[in-house]
Amino acid sequence: MTSLTLVRRIRARPQIVFDAVTTAEGITHWWGPDAGPVLVAESDPRVGGRYRVRFLRMLDSTEYESSGEFLEIVRPVRVVMSWRWKGGLPDPGESRVEITLKAVPEGTELTFVHSQLQDEEASRGHEEGWAGALDKLEAHFAAETAA
Amino acid sequence: MALVDPTRRAILAQLERRDGASISELAKPFTIRLPAVMKHLDVLAKAKLITRSKSGRTVTVRLRAQPMREAMEWLQRYERFWSSSLDRLASYAESKEAEALRKGR
Repeated sequence: MTSLTLVRRIRARPQIVFDAVTTAEGITHWWGPDAGPVLVAESDPRVGGRYRVRFLRMLDSTEYESSGEFLEIVRPVRVVMSWRWKGGLPDPGESRVEITLKAVPEGTELTFVHSQLQDEEASRGHEEGWAGALDKLEAHFAAETAA
Repeated sequence: MALVDPTRRAILAQLERRDGASISELAKPFTIRLPAVMKHLDVLAKAKLITRSKSGRTVTVRLRAQPMREAMEWLQRYERFWSSSLDRLASYAESKEAEALRKGR
């Protein structure tokens, strides 16, 4: 299974980071691939609740939408949500986003993991064949982006 | 069900270690006969995990690079997306923290 891991250290307490991650008000300020604005943000941050974010990508002036369901919510330490693109792209299927917050002296260490969900067969293929290479890639990204 | 079978997984593992192999080279470590190996290769080709190319009487089997490439593209696309998002998330949360401190919370 392919997954991307990013780590950030943020000078804010976990409660503040958690609300910025999960509330519609918070999402409006940060979600998206570039400086393009968030056009719609809806969020119902409880297990089984849904979120929907519509944003404009400056690069191609195109609107994109991502949406999903909150699968786990433990304030202020952990949130797991499903993630899916809508419109603008060929649908790559559902994926999963996990955000874990840890209190550290300067504020919060945020660990972000986005995993691609594939059918079981493809996952096993990766285990057998490409796992080594993917692990290396993942480590490369993690090292490069760790703050 | 291309990857359920241990022989097929072993064939893929062999192909990962070298750039292309003939069918008889692939069949060597197994106690099964060539036609059975051919059947396994059919399944793997149908699952788009390998390619077969014929040159004279030799068929060369290779692992397909496509699934690997797709995985890399997926990583690169989301790396850009989330890296940029998390940078903005950090500065937003930091401004909220400063605001809370000013208000004495």
